[in-house]
Amino acid sequence: MTYQLETAAHPETLRRVAIDPVSRVEGHGKVTILLDDQNKVHQVRLHIVEFRGFEKFIQGRPYWEVPVMVQRLCGICPVSHHLAASKALDVIVGAKKLTATAEKMRRLMHYGQMLQSHALHFFHLCSPDLLFGFDSDVTKRNIVGVAMAHPETAKRGVLLRRFGQEVIRVTAGKRVHGTGAIPGGVNKALTIAERDELLKDIYHIVQWSRDAVQLIQKVHTQDPGLYNSFGIFRSNFMSIVGNNGDLDFYHGTLRARDDNGKIIFDHVDYQQYNQYIEEEVRPWSYMKFPYFKSIGKEHGWYKVGPLARVQNCCQISTPFAEHERKEFVDYAGGSPMHAPLAYHWTRMIEMLHAAEVIKELLHDDDLLGSDLVVQGKRQSEGVGVIEAPRGTLFHHYRVDENDLVTMANLIVSTTNNNQAMNEAIRHVARRYLHGHEVTEGLLNHIEVAIRAFDPCLSCATHALGKMPLEVELVDPEGRIVHSLSRS
Amino acid sequence: MTAKKKLKVATTSLAGCFGCHMSFLDIDERLFTLLEHIEFDRSPLTDIKTCSPDCDIGIIEGGLCNAENVHVLREFRKNCKILIAMGACAINGGLPAQRNHLPLTTILEEVYHTSPGLANGMIPNDPELPLPLNQVHPIHEVVKIDYFMPGCPPSADAIWKVLTDLLAGKEPELGHGLMHYD
Ligand code: SF4
Repeated sequence: MTYQLETAAHPETLRRVAIDPVSRVEGHGKVTILLDDQNKVHQVRLHIVEFRGFEKFIQGRPYWEVPVMVQRLCGICPVSHHLAASKALDVIVGAKKLTATAEKMRRLMHYGQMLQSHALHFFHLCSPDLLFGFDSDVTKRNIVGVAMAHPETAKRGVLLRRFGQEVIRVTAGKRVHGTGAIPGGVNKALTIAERDELLKDIYHIVQWSRDAVQLIQKVHTQDPGLYNSFGIFRSNFMSIVGNNGDLDFYHGTLRARDDNGKIIFDHVDYQQYNQYIEEEVRPWSYMKFPYFKSIGKEHGWYKVGPLARVQNCCQISTPFAEHERKEFVDYAGGSPMHAPLAYHWTRMIEMLHAAEVIKELLHDDDLLGSDLVVQGKRQSEGVGVIEAPRGTLFHHYRVDENDLVTMANLIVSTTNNNQAMNEAIRHVARRYLHGHEVTEGLLNHIEVAIRAFDPCLSCATHALGKMPLEVELVDPEGRIVHSLSRS
Repeated sequence: MTAKKKLKVATTSLAGCFGCHMSFLDIDERLFTLLEHIEFDRSPLTDIKTCSPDCDIGIIEGGLCNAENVHVLREFRKNCKILIAMGACAINGGLPAQRNHLPLTTILEEVYHTSPGLANGMIPNDPELPLPLNQVHPIHEVVKIDYFMPGCPPSADAIWKVLTDLLAGKEPELGHGLMHYD
């Protein structure tokens, strides 16, 4: 047995409890738990149960369609896919360096997305657990409950998200599934009117983001016994870092550290990502399990996302967020923090950083420029990597001489966290469920651990499987539209 | 005077990307106005995992790509008085239906055997994983749908219009500017 609690020795003798669907996360997933008659936990798995098949059906399409198609992987962070694909295609069209306007427009779009996604995740999805308790009343444990009990918090969450969405709208044309980036650049710059509209709000957006860091820091430090240990496991971590090791969500090189914070690799050009990362398939999930090749699958898995990024970088370029990063590092006491609930704290530090960067960009006249696209010597292969809200996102394409895509490989952020999430829920199951009568509140503990990672199970569903089952599609009048059986 | 009973609204995402749900949230502060008139039942935003039997409105994002989707869709039809297809995927399968011209096995092979950087080739086959359908289907092929909101995603204003019309007891109508397909 490689991983504790991953696979029970005799599943047929055990009772199955399922959390299906996992809620207040993005996408489709379920958890199964196998227990014996003393309620001892023998197996816990987070399954990704859906398939949408992007990697295959992108093939044969002209490459310029890709940034628009792939964002339909995920409506929560479409900008990440849009930009990761565009960055890969920059390589393919030979655009070595984008114009200042193009690069900054893309950055603005991306930081708007970080802001909206982190706000959504924290306020709309997770704050009910943090404000009311993990086993609080199930009917109130949602954003509506927060709106009733803490109307100001709920309102700020909604308005922070709205601001991020508006940044996306002015840079990409639409709030969800816009078209701003194209291979080699962007298709529009900012107008003065658009800029001024955003400038009206940015100062209180920065302030509210600072308040949000204070809120989560307070929640966290008031109950260190819970927050520092809930679902904890140790692992390596990875992210891209910018120049000088700065926190950078848009561009940089890959850096990985071990559980003690020691560098595993650094300054790695992500075009070479597949020399460093490999993936394993397991029969019970459509989501693959990546790990560092140099360490191997048993110990080489890692976590990505805010907790990895904030501890992987050497500094943050904006003053308020840098101040908060130092506070966090001090609190962790000199070694990396591994507690999953610390994801929330670092996520809010990142939201603050995003707000500050947006403020800086809005004062930069390069955004109003007219030089939008560059091209160079055409290449046949390109990799684009970006730090999406949930972590490092890889897009890799090959394009033939007819401009058609011949290969697509995606490693989405949540896939990078696959083993980590499974470890966290197994820890929680051992600590809270083992030997107890299973209740709704206890099961929500499992989901609280999953939510810490802000998994986008929606993105993670680009594969499919086959089972010896039969299914019939029957129309409203009871006629069989389609039937399928497999064995 | 007793307060008017709130309408129960259930939502789900089948083979969709959650973009339609995001567009729903893009009604921004109008969400708080809406909450004076509705309560959420089963939804990705709540922890209610199955529909109550007396839901007034069910909103479906995404088409059908596996047996589980079909099951959830039937659950919604059974429990919701009005069922709305939200977005291109629910209405005609949307982008995921691009896989419809390919045999399932070809896609499986591609993702789990031939894609680069794989340590092992294996097709996931655990019984916990629902059976994928050979093709992605629109939801109206399986249950009766009362209203359709096109768009990928429909705009927040369109979603707002449909809901407020229904709340007012009117036949929902997407007027000029709200009906779009991109
Ligand atoms: S219609 Fe568009 S936005 Fe809605 S689920 Fe489908 S791809 Fe996503």
